Amino acid sequence: MSNAFDINQIQNIIDTGIPHCSEIGIKVHDMDAGGVIFSLPYDARFAGNPMNGILHGGIITTLIDTAAGMCIYTRLQKYLPIATLDLRIDYLKPATPGEEVFAHASCYKITKQIAFTRAIAYHTDPEDPIANSVGTFMLKSSETKPLDRVSGKGGR
Amino acid sequence: MDNISTEQFVAILKEAREAKDWTSTFEMIPYFSFLGMRLDTENDRFVSILPGDNKFIGNPVLPALHGGVIGAFLESAAMVHLFATQDVTRVPKIINITVEYLRSAKPIETYAEAIITKPGRRVANLRVEAWQGDRNKPVAAAHANFLVS
Repeated sequence: MSNAFDINQIQNIIDTGIPHCSEIGIKVHDMDAGGVIFSLPYDARFAGNPMNGILHGGIITTLIDTAAGMCIYTRLQKYLPIATLDLRIDYLKPATPGEEVFAHASCYKITKQIAFTRAIAYHTDPEDPIANSVGTFMLKSSETKPLDRVSGKGGR
Repeated sequence: MDNISTEQFVAILKEAREAKDWTSTFEMIPYFSFLGMRLDTENDRFVSILPGDNKFIGNPVLPALHGGVIGAFLESAAMVHLFATQDVTRVPKIINITVEYLRSAKPIETYAEAIITKPGRRVANLRVEAWQGDRNKPVAAAHANFLVS
C-alpha cells in the first residue's frame, strides 16, 4: 500500500499542535500501514544521570508514548481522539549519550474501543534495542462519559 | 555540561538527606531541572511536585498533559523516593515501568508519592501514584523496578 500520510503535514501537526513534542524536538521519519518511525535528538537537558549524561528513562517513555499513539492512525486511517490506558516499557540497555534515539511503533490489533501497540526504541539497529514496549490505548477517549456520570434511571 | 563524579553525587545526596533540602539534587539531574520538579518532605512523607507548565501539554484541545510526561514524572518520583529513603550510592537504573493512565491530567500542578514494595539489595520495586486536586482520585499509577547496586 502506498503511503497515505504526508510526513510534512504530520510533522506540522506535531510542531504546532502538540506542545510537549515540539518542546523536546520529536521528528517523524516514516508513517505507513506498517507503523511509524519517530526520533528524538540527543539533548543534555534530558540526561537522568549527571555522571555520564545518559538519558532519563522518562524521555524514552515520552518518545515511545508519542510514536505508539500516532501509529494507531496508520491502522485507523482517520482521526479519533485517543488516550493512553496502559504503557509498559522494558529498558534493555542505556541510550548512548550524544546519539539520536529512534522509535518504531506499530498497532497490531484494534477493536471498537481499544488499540494494542508494540514499540521499540533504538539508535541505528532495531535488532539492538534500547527499550521494548507494549501499550493499550482507548479510542474516542474524549467523547465517553464515565459510568458514575450516567444516570441510573435508564439515562444515557 | 560537565559530568560530576560519583563522589560528588553521593555527597550531594547525603547533604540533601541531612538538610532535608533537595534543591541541589534536582539541580544536579538535568531532566529533573527540565521538569522543574520539587520535593515536599512534610511529616516525613516524600511528595514530588511537577509544576503546571504549558510545555508539558500533549493534547491542547482538552487540554491534557502528555502521557509521556506523566510516565516520566512517576519514574522520577520513584527515583527521588529511593534517594530520600535508601542509602543510594549511584543513580538507580530503571529496569522497567508499567504506567496506568487513570484519568486525563490537566496542565496544573501534579503530585506523586511512591512506596517501596520491595527494597531489595539489587532490585527495588516501587508503586507510585500521581494526583492533582484530590489525593483519592489519582490521575495515574505505576509499578517500576530499579537496579540499585
